[in-house]
Amino acid sequence: MAFNQMGGKVLLNLFSKPATLRYPFQKRVPFAKSRGKIGIEIQTCIFCGICAKRCPADAITVTKETKTWAIEPGRCVSCGVCVEVCPKKCLNQANQFFDVYTQKKSESYSQNA
Amino acid sequence: MAEQKIDIIEMRDILTKTTQAKQDGYRLSCLSCTRKPDHFEISYCFDKDLSYLVYRIQVPETNPEIPSITSVYWGAFTYENEIHDLFGVKVKGINIDFQGNFYMLKQKTPFASMPNVAIVQKPAAQEVKNG
Amino acid sequence: MGNRTLVPFGPQHPVLPEPIHLDLVVEDDKVMEAIPSIGFIHRGLEKLVEKREYLDMVYVAERICGICSFIHGLNYCKGVEEIMNIQVPVRAQYLRTIWSELSRVHSHVLWLGLLADAFGFENLFMDTMRIREQVLDIAEDTAGGRVIFGGNKVGGARRDISKERLAQMDREVSGMLAELKRMGDVFMKDYSVLSRLKEVGVLSKQDAYDLGCVGPMARGSGIAQDLRQTKYAAYGDLDFQPITHPDGDCFSRTYVRVHEIYQSIDLIRQAIAKIPDGPVDVKVVGAPNGEVFTRVEQPRGEVVYHIKGNGTRYLERFRVRTPTFANVPALVKMLQGCDLADVPVVVLIIDPCISCTER
Repeated sequence: MAFNQMGGKVLLNLFSKPATLRYPFQKRVPFAKSRGKIGIEIQTCIFCGICAKRCPADAITVTKETKTWAIEPGRCVSCGVCVEVCPKKCLNQANQFFDVYTQKKSESYSQNA
Repeated sequence: MAEQKIDIIEMRDILTKTTQAKQDGYRLSCLSCTRKPDHFEISYCFDKDLSYLVYRIQVPETNPEIPSITSVYWGAFTYENEIHDLFGVKVKGINIDFQGNFYMLKQKTPFASMPNVAIVQKPAAQEVKNG
Repeated sequence: MGNRTLVPFGPQHPVLPEPIHLDLVVEDDKVMEAIPSIGFIHRGLEKLVEKREYLDMVYVAERICGICSFIHGLNYCKGVEEIMNIQVPVRAQYLRTIWSELSRVHSHVLWLGLLADAFGFENLFMDTMRIREQVLDIAEDTAGGRVIFGGNKVGGARRDISKERLAQMDREVSGMLAELKRMGDVFMKDYSVLSRLKEVGVLSKQDAYDLGCVGPMARGSGIAQDLRQTKYAAYGDLDFQPITHPDGDCFSRTYVRVHEIYQSIDLIRQAIAKIPDGPVDVKVVGAPNGEVFTRVEQPRGEVVYHIKGNGTRYLERFRVRTPTFANVPALVKMLQGCDLADVPVVVLIIDPCISCTER
């Protein structure tokens, strides 16, 4: 009565393989529809600034004079609003989060090619 | 969806209305405070069997003070201490009075001033060129 | 007449998922009084209505809390849609119901794991975390995020789930039911669990009603009230009864939550069987002008939103009253007279979600 509920499971756990992924030998395969980092096709952008106004975390900065679009990965929460409201559909969302970094930075793209 | 009926009453009637609600079998659901240009609006919400009852009082903004309903509902002290700590409205006669220490905030009464709706200009971001 | 000492509990404690501070006045191993104080995680989210338009506030509302995030977003969208008289398509209502019930399963499984950790049963805690990963995988695959689902917007749902994926979800969820029942049996029948939960933190039915308890705290004392009976979203078409238990101690609240997990899985399967075809959103124009008090059932109880719009694109007031805030007086009452060793169990039994309480 005292041990038979979890006791059997504990004994079984001694002889079965671990429930966690053995990183770095097995890497996690991300799902296809996860929301992750934001990227842009800079040549299509018209610098209207709608994505910067609608961002809930104030992560995007758009400068029309220098034709620059910048995003701060430290502020982005991957909600996906910018992708939905862009009139030219030049923003896209990958299924993995931004790469790790050791100092706060801002990724910027410019059309001065 | 249920209709929302909000009764606006005087501040001196709030204790009698609350006692009446308690005798009718309502439980206290929420207290909500809004800052308007020249007064505070406090709404008392009661619930019984999924039907909602709302009373509202208006408190002038100079020296705001309201009577406490903790003599009727013991559990109302959390709402009244929160209204005191966030809005600066004094409440007379709470059964457990924290005297401003319920919410440990650095800036006292942050919601006391009128909301200021403005489009915020963002500063230019640090540049790390990425092509 | 023993000595009285003051024992500070929190804000950092191994048992607490989120920071709350309690000053316990202890006399000879029994707690005489408990004085709570909060404010460690106050972010002032209600003041953000000055800077974010009403369409973007749903993303702020979702991020008030990590565990009850989807239902916060659902309540906000329901409130704004009531003010603006928007009719959401039926398929979107069903999708919202399916994700809500998934969110409830996740929250209760996580809470059971934390409760096992509170009285030291580490093995059971790890077992529930393994089951929780399966629920989060379903959520990430269909909605896009593990913890912050992000499936709501004003006017409907943000994305659709295809018919094949719904059938697969049905199979996954019914496969999880056998494991969940085995885990639930440990909580209901194991001797060491029962000796920590029975006769601890007793609240009678009248006391629970007078203190304003909501959710499983009230249903564990025999009050049969569940906000899903008001038939919001698609609950009008689904068939369920609120689960209650008459005893009023910690065991009965655990009983209510364990059986709500089984009920939620049943509701998901009912909703998948009945979901109609159609669009998932409608276009929204204009700005809200009016006021509403809207309530839904979160995993922890009744959440009340007071939303007020004045015709501009910025709302006038957005007030959130979360269920943990309504359960704090009950916590203060239950702690009077209990042993010092039972304090972690009593604090966890109200399911404290402090980031919701303080926004």
